[in-house]
Amino acid sequence: MATPWYKRLGDGLSRTRGALQGHLNVLLRRGPDVDAVFWEELEDALIQADIGVVATTELVGRLRDAAAREALPDAAAVLDRLAAEIAAEARVPGDDPFASGPATVLVVGVNGTGKTTSVGKLAANAVAEGRRVVIGSADTFRAAAIEQLRVWAERAAVPVVERAHGADPGAVVYDTLAEASERGADLVLIDTAGRLHTSTDLMAELVKVQRVARRESAHPVRTVLVMDATTGQNGLLQAREFDRALGLDAIVLTKLDGTAKGGIVVAVARELGIPVVRIGVGEGLEDLAPFDADDFAAAVVGRGD
Amino acid sequence: MFENLSERLQAVMGKLTGRGVLSEADVDAAMREVRMALLEADVNLGTVKEFVARVRERSVGQDVMKSLTPGQMVVKIVLEELTALMGRGESRLVFSGRIPGVVMLVGLQGSGKTTAAAKLANLLRKQGRSPLLVACDVYRPAAIDQLESLGKQLGVPVYRGEGTDAVAIARAGVQHAVSTMRDTVIVDTAGRLHIDEEMMAEAAAIRTAVHPDQVLMVIDAMTGQDAVNAAAAFAQTVDFDGVIVTKLDGDARGGAALSVRAVTGKPIMFAGVGEKLDALEPFHPERMAKRILGMGDVVTLIEKAQDAFDTSQATDLEDRLRSGVFTLDDFLAQLQQVKKMGSLGDILKMIPGANKLPKDAEIDEGALARTEAIIQSMTRKERAKPSIINGARRERIAAGAGVRVFDVNQVLKQFAQTQKLLKQVQTSQKGGKRRRFGMPGLPGGL
Repeated sequence: MATPWYKRLGDGLSRTRGALQGHLNVLLRRGPDVDAVFWEELEDALIQADIGVVATTELVGRLRDAAAREALPDAAAVLDRLAAEIAAEARVPGDDPFASGPATVLVVGVNGTGKTTSVGKLAANAVAEGRRVVIGSADTFRAAAIEQLRVWAERAAVPVVERAHGADPGAVVYDTLAEASERGADLVLIDTAGRLHTSTDLMAELVKVQRVARRESAHPVRTVLVMDATTGQNGLLQAREFDRALGLDAIVLTKLDGTAKGGIVVAVARELGIPVVRIGVGEGLEDLAPFDADDFAAAVVGRGD
Repeated sequence: MFENLSERLQAVMGKLTGRGVLSEADVDAAMREVRMALLEADVNLGTVKEFVARVRERSVGQDVMKSLTPGQMVVKIVLEELTALMGRGESRLVFSGRIPGVVMLVGLQGSGKTTAAAKLANLLRKQGRSPLLVACDVYRPAAIDQLESLGKQLGVPVYRGEGTDAVAIARAGVQHAVSTMRDTVIVDTAGRLHIDEEMMAEAAAIRTAVHPDQVLMVIDAMTGQDAVNAAAAFAQTVDFDGVIVTKLDGDARGGAALSVRAVTGKPIMFAGVGEKLDALEPFHPERMAKRILGMGDVVTLIEKAQDAFDTSQATDLEDRLRSGVFTLDDFLAQLQQVKKMGSLGDILKMIPGANKLPKDAEIDEGALARTEAIIQSMTRKERAKPSIINGARRERIAAGAGVRVFDVNQVLKQFAQTQKLLKQVQTSQKGGKRRRFGMPGLPGGL
């Protein structure tokens, strides 16, 4: 993964170049002056990246102080400083559950964020790194979720453990971990059904699934939230509730190949201290990349190109 | 997250009533709050700016009505403007009358198109149509299986074509509807990124091939600022007639719905409100306006209550009450009606101000079920005449319902209180007007 993800986007895909050029590039084009209009537009750009009003106000406030105190010479210097600030916020210390030894990883999230697709990509990635992977299909609720995961498992060439539609997800976890220990797997990925964080019953079900995993797994159990980069301020509520119920270890941020910036993860990092460890940048098996706080910040402030 | 906007405005504008006209300073303070509330609800920044400018213009110099505080006055203006922006009344699907009528769904990945397609088929069938679902998502693994499985659950046929040409499948799907006598076709398409030119061209080609009566864009209620980029791109390349907002059963304020409406001018037609296949409702703009402002959804609550309460049963109960009879059977009937309205948590969410309840104030969803079980464990005689329920009977009831004797006592106490309350109401209303009977004595501390 030598090429930064945002540079790979244009390759081979007929996607509008410049979609990643943020509003802040426009800011630069208006000249080097750091005046009232500049600050206002800066604030607007951050809000449009879903950073959130509160975090934006604070970031811009801090930046204005720094600009005055350190006499930052021009708009470019301010933007570089901003990128550094955002990168610092987004860079949360923590283990990467996919790169710190044998693990069983529970993949959770609200509906439609890309859990199943991410599991497929994660599996392929791990296989490429020479790991032994087993996938568990614990989304027994959504129609054809099992079939969908089966296709991904085939693509990644890893075994998948499944039960019938409507089966107890806890039982699937049990079977998966039995299969995993038989095969000597060092990475177990468990796909779970999407659920809204406001659904008490479904969240309780997930807690039970996690309990089964902890009881049966030979490896440490990690829980990873898959979040859609197009998500707005609700993303913070999602992360908060999933974290409260399960204790989250990391976030996979998907759909960063569009025009959304995924700025809500800054608020999540700041409040909950959960690191983003992977990003999803397409529909292919290889469209998954490690999260790089500097690249992310560069994309948010439109300095990526 | 922000709390009720009206409370925030009360806080910044003071609580004095009838203060003459709204000053510039009043309005400035209020507009900062309005801007913040809308942005936190994920309304697009451009939309927020225009909206705030319009409300400001209307507010400055406005006479504060006698009965209102300045804060309430601004809330009134905000709500009026927001409702106007959302569009008035329900927007319905329009069919040209050609058979089969065709509805096509488009949207980003994961917005919920396939589920929405199935829900829409269900809704249209209830309206007397005979839908056919056509599966054109040839990209996402098992997307076609998903639609087929949903169709099977509903008993609605699903057309799955051969090969990977979505345009050809769509065209063949419509033909299939003709030959199998289906009068409505719902075309489910693949999720696509609005900047993926090839995929957008495919959607436009499907449109050209099947001439849909209506194209609907499916949008996730949790979408942030990017919603307008996607909506504008779809409007430009595929064009659509209306919007389905999904996942509104969560706690997202759904500002994206407002932005999309404001930027494209297209009406929101349906709201997805749950995982079940009947959880698709007509969209109500004024309710959405209140939701975005965090003002509770009293209208829905009232409608739910009206739906759940069987009128003849209520009248019957009313008559019985009038004659001074209220038994445990009546109590049970009441409980079951409340249960029909949905979970207590859902009901609570619709009550204005309920969002201020501490997060830890868990609602005891089991209380209703427990009370029900307890009453059902009583004999007919006991239900008619609770005074005969002695210690031994209490123990038997508790064992039957799987609860403690303490719980049985609680229910009996509640029942006695309700009965007493009703007697009081009855005496105070004697000779008065006949009034519709309400919902006395809810258990579980509601």
